[in-house]
Amino acid sequence: MLKLPIYLDNNATTPMDPRVLEAMTPYFLEHFGNAASRNHPFGWEAEEAVDYAREQVAKLIGADPKEIIFTSGATEGDNLGIKGVYEMYASKGNHIITATTEHKAVLDTCKHIEKIGGEVTYLQVNTEGLIDLKELEAAIKPTTILIAIMYANNEIGVIMPIKEISAIARKHGVLLFTDGTQAVGKIPVDVNKDGIDLMAFSAHKMYGPKGVGALYVRRKNPRVKVTAQMDGGGHERGMRSGTLNVPGIVGFGKACEICMLDMEEDTKRISKMRDHLETELLKLEEAYVNGSREHRLPHVANISFKHVEGEGLLMGFNKNIALSSGSACTSASLEPSYVLKALGLGDDLAHSSLRFGLGRFTTDEQIEYTIKAISETVLKLREMSPLWEMYKEGIDLNTIEWAAH
Amino acid sequence: MAYSEKVIDHYQNPKNVGTLDKSAKNVGTGLVGAPECGDVMRLQIQVDDAGMITDAKFKTFGCGSAIASSSLATEWLKGKSVDEALKIDNMDIVEELNLPPVKIHCSVLAEDAIKSAINDYRVKNGLEAIKFEESVVH
Repeated sequence: MLKLPIYLDNNATTPMDPRVLEAMTPYFLEHFGNAASRNHPFGWEAEEAVDYAREQVAKLIGADPKEIIFTSGATEGDNLGIKGVYEMYASKGNHIITATTEHKAVLDTCKHIEKIGGEVTYLQVNTEGLIDLKELEAAIKPTTILIAIMYANNEIGVIMPIKEISAIARKHGVLLFTDGTQAVGKIPVDVNKDGIDLMAFSAHKMYGPKGVGALYVRRKNPRVKVTAQMDGGGHERGMRSGTLNVPGIVGFGKACEICMLDMEEDTKRISKMRDHLETELLKLEEAYVNGSREHRLPHVANISFKHVEGEGLLMGFNKNIALSSGSACTSASLEPSYVLKALGLGDDLAHSSLRFGLGRFTTDEQIEYTIKAISETVLKLREMSPLWEMYKEGIDLNTIEWAAH
Repeated sequence: MAYSEKVIDHYQNPKNVGTLDKSAKNVGTGLVGAPECGDVMRLQIQVDDAGMITDAKFKTFGCGSAIASSSLATEWLKGKSVDEALKIDNMDIVEELNLPPVKIHCSVLAEDAIKSAINDYRVKNGLEAIKFEESVVH
């Protein structure tokens, strides 16, 4: 029996894997110690568990355990990585290069840096959602200290050419920070092969618990340091103070271990479902995939259904299917997704988009149900859409002078 | 954000979806909003010789609240005189549908669509278009 509602918003968060919860439970109850308590068995057990988790996390990304700084999640990692580098390398320069499609945690951190005297270049992306490497290289100046480009985008799933980006960064002696939140655990990420100097990522996007993440900080070639953003007990090699979230970290470690073991199998199964979903939905007239289909995460699809508004579309099935829309009709700003707009999409197509994030627990049956529900709703709403009627009558919507609204 | 039951009902069973002959003299058409803003409403009225609205139809591109606002508007229009129809206020729609503050613009759009349809009808029939004050919420 198909159980409703269906969860297809795995880019927002993932359900916890039961194996992760199982690993965590003892650390809430009998092993509740503070990992920084050096003088008794409670502390020792907690520290040992954290060390083990640090190894599991490091292994997934090909890092040394000493290079893992535990944080509260990717937003903190983005802040610590970018602000920490900005402060630590102030004597070298104050210029940072990023892109317009980054997550708000990166963009707003960069805006903060601009306010305190830094200089930031925001690279545009092409219609596929990718930055131009030549433009990136041309943007580097003597004062550039950091390039901050995400590994994969949260809205469209597009994977940036990180290896090529890091080669450029290395050539010019600039550090590379990447927000790996959507990529780590889903596709192979190796900090050495990819040439990453700093990377933020989070447990709850990979079937781990919320409230825990990590910042990878390279220790060799080059040795990277960040200025702490919170004062306190000097935990995490002085870079992130605060009592460690032991059960969360244990769960994070387990989640990483499972991702590593299951990645190949999961990817094969999930990408097959994603491709099927996409093929079927593209059979609808005037349906378009947003962003590169070639350089894309295996579990993500972002599709616009022209002349149907995204939120109105979601309402047709959101009791039964959990999805996101690029339409921001619910927000006070009424601005559609800045990521889709950065691809050059008109506001109308941006308003008409749905983001599908499949996951480890998605089933074929759920996908079949989703294809049917969405196709039916799109057809029903198009019958109700004046834009669809005009389109069908051959009227060019761009020639209409829309009443100011 | 949860929708009110009335919004859900109008969304699931919209009243008076359709198209009237926009070239007919006794039909007034209002097309308001813009695709870039995420909502476009087209509202049409059919008026008899006595100035009574005998039929009303809509098509809307927009969220559930926009669809519900236009569906409700067509229901209210039918059987009203053109003059009575001018009195429909967006806040009446807000109240009836229990729209949250972020959705008030949907009701404003519906009111604008009504006025725009009435003016279209007036102009077609040799009457002057009524000048309305600019809507507050846009």
